[in-house]
Amino acid sequence: MHLKNSVSKRIVQLMLVVFALFTFMGVGDEDARFRDLGHHLMCVCGCSQILLECNHIGCQYSDRMRGELAAALDRGDNDDLTLQSFIQKYGTTVVAAPSTTGFGRVAWIMPFVALLAGMATVVLVVRSWRNRPTPAFADGVQPIRGPELERFRDQADKETDL
Amino acid sequence: MSQITSMALPQIGSFALLLALGLAGYSFLVGAFALIDKGPGSERLGETARRAGIAAFGTILLASVVLVTAAFTDNFSIAYIFHHSNRDLPGPYKFAVLWSGQEGSLLFWSLLLAAYGFILRLRYKTDPRLFAYASVVIAAVQVFFLLLLNIAAHPFAILEGQIPPDGSGLNPLLQYPEMVIHPPMLYLGYVGFTVPFAFAMGALIMRYPGEKWIHITRRWTMVTWGFLTVGIFLGAHWAYSVLGWGGYWGWDPVENASLMPWLTGTAFLHSVMMQEKRGMLKTWNMWLVFSTFWLAILGTFLTRSGIISSVHAFAQSSIGPWFGWFLIISFAAFTGFYVANKSHLRSEHKLESIISRESSFLFNNLLFVVACFVVLWGTWFPKISELVQGNKVTVGAPFYNNVAIPVALFLLLLTALGPLLAWRRTSFESLKRNFQWPAAGALSIGVLMMILGVRPWKDIAYFYSLMAAMLAALVIFTVISEFVRGGRVISRHTGFGLFGSMVHLWHRNTRRYGGYIVHFGVAVVIIGILGTPFNKESEKEMGFGDKMNLGPYTLVCQSYTQDDNPNFSNEWAIINVFKGNEQITTMYPERRLYKASSQPQTIPRIYATVAQDLFLVNDLYIVYEGRNEDTGRPIIKAHLNPMVPWIWIGLIIMIFGTITALIPNAAPLPARVPARVQTAPAVGAGD
Repeated sequence: MHLKNSVSKRIVQLMLVVFALFTFMGVGDEDARFRDLGHHLMCVCGCSQILLECNHIGCQYSDRMRGELAAALDRGDNDDLTLQSFIQKYGTTVVAAPSTTGFGRVAWIMPFVALLAGMATVVLVVRSWRNRPTPAFADGVQPIRGPELERFRDQADKETDL
Repeated sequence: MSQITSMALPQIGSFALLLALGLAGYSFLVGAFALIDKGPGSERLGETARRAGIAAFGTILLASVVLVTAAFTDNFSIAYIFHHSNRDLPGPYKFAVLWSGQEGSLLFWSLLLAAYGFILRLRYKTDPRLFAYASVVIAAVQVFFLLLLNIAAHPFAILEGQIPPDGSGLNPLLQYPEMVIHPPMLYLGYVGFTVPFAFAMGALIMRYPGEKWIHITRRWTMVTWGFLTVGIFLGAHWAYSVLGWGGYWGWDPVENASLMPWLTGTAFLHSVMMQEKRGMLKTWNMWLVFSTFWLAILGTFLTRSGIISSVHAFAQSSIGPWFGWFLIISFAAFTGFYVANKSHLRSEHKLESIISRESSFLFNNLLFVVACFVVLWGTWFPKISELVQGNKVTVGAPFYNNVAIPVALFLLLLTALGPLLAWRRTSFESLKRNFQWPAAGALSIGVLMMILGVRPWKDIAYFYSLMAAMLAALVIFTVISEFVRGGRVISRHTGFGLFGSMVHLWHRNTRRYGGYIVHFGVAVVIIGILGTPFNKESEKEMGFGDKMNLGPYTLVCQSYTQDDNPNFSNEWAIINVFKGNEQITTMYPERRLYKASSQPQTIPRIYATVAQDLFLVNDLYIVYEGRNEDTGRPIIKAHLNPMVPWIWIGLIIMIFGTITALIPNAAPLPARVPARVQTAPAVGAGD
């Protein structure tokens, strides 16, 4: 029994190591950058679609914008410079997500603030629930019988589900 | 005769709406008075209010029938029919005209609310006083919608000037079979949350003793949740099948509007169990059910006020302030009643251990509410940014992918862990024992995916995919292990086979095991979504005989053809699809030009069959985009969307789970009794 447990433990440990090895190695490539940046830009034709997903025939913008994106990557522009050039040309709404500077930062921070505030609230609630005093029984209390016992049995059924 | 009918229809419809307003107003005011007044006649007065509510359903139904009749009889004297129908519109879409525009959809909303109210008022004997309170709350909401219909968005408004010979036609995007089903499902969900809210509000006002109101509303909530789920997924499927961009969810404000009440509604379905079983979270549940109702109204406000731009919102109109005021008044009313009665909502029990079902529900609720906040925040941020710094920003998929996906992954982890935790207290040893094999299975899936070529370091999207796959696998293995473990126990006690025991296990506690089936469905949906980063696409001008390669498929253009019918003219490509050297199918992507509205529409074709692809790994999606304006050559765009069919399969499993959770529990089977015990004398009760 002990042997079986230790073998299964080792299998799990081995899989964890293999998983970690695969996860923390390697680098990105140019195609991935094009795809990534193309999905961070909006087509400005009014279709409200991500640049690489705009499917309008005769769209006046998407083909040209894709060309501009490819040219920027060929020139060796970094991601920030590429996005800035698009913002200068097409305005702030060309970027598919708020920036991580200025007021745009608030958009990114608030969800995590909400999560942390929620976590703190849950911890406080849990703590107050755990510290709640258990009702004390008077001395010489008799074992519960009859309908009250049935009520507790019913409660136990509900809580154990089986 | 037909001219008389034509003139009479809008009059009948208008009168029916006015009468409905009077009846709903009576049901609300007199119903409320009867609840406050303790005099001898109050019961009979309350009965008249109940009957007025029932009659209101009849009159709203009449108004709806009149509007549909007007659509079928091409009554273009009614402005709404002129703007949303035309003579050659096929019958099912003429029926769908009822919910295709602003005024009609508000009438449809009102009809569904009246129908829910009708059922509720018929079943009042379950608990007459609680039902009377709920009836008054529903009547109040009904009055708001009927005021809107009678004053601000009248569906029977007469077109000024000469009656045109034909209508403007229905928006081409809406001329798709799913549009006949999707909005009713979504509205049944939106509107349905009014019922649990009405019961909660009633229970709060009357300081209802015990948790019976939760038992009464449980089925309403689950059915409503099921409708909303189907509605959201049908909307996603419609977007996938009609919009032609190869995706099913774009984080558009209108999509977000449906997701927000779904998230809080799902949280409520979980947290309400805490109140039922442990008498905890009473205040939280009140606010959660109110938020769900409120968010459903907020979603309607978003899509109809024009305050937030969206590709598929209703036209801008003057009804925004109406919804704004309704949101404020309903919030103030609920807060007022809460403050007055909050002492009634004290929790009855204490939390005994942090490793327990209770704490898992707390965290589950936290994550659902945070997810809802993320969606709400993202939807409103462009407006906030405009107000604060004067320029608009876009909040699209990259924002939600970076913020909402991590939250969703944590939720998935809790979905897997939750079933392993017992109420009150779970020993760490038992958790470890039950968790180790599902965890080992999930890790194996992760390793297998990396061996198959998923490289999480290349893109954060791949990393999310890998995590989602592992967590989805964890959920699936946990659900299976729970069924097997419980089945084995029953099998030992009854001598039944394992499968029969598992079926009996589910039947003894349909809610719990139906819920696990829903979890299983959610995991399958996640498997369908996690293929997104691996999508491939190709676009090409294709003449006769031209080829395009995409993944394992080769597309060969065989021909193009055209057709014409009274509603639209169309052009479509005939594309032969090869896998290797074998032709596996022919696809017909189409492009239509609707005559009444002069609007074009692409109809993509989608191919996925088990025969060719056992695990439905590839969804081949072809769009005929039209002709290149310069060369005149047709353009074909093809997408290869891995795993997408699993999203729709997952939905079916989720709905199956929801239905099974609604089935009443069976009695436990008699245990197999050893022979020597059978001969023992019976033990007296109480011994």
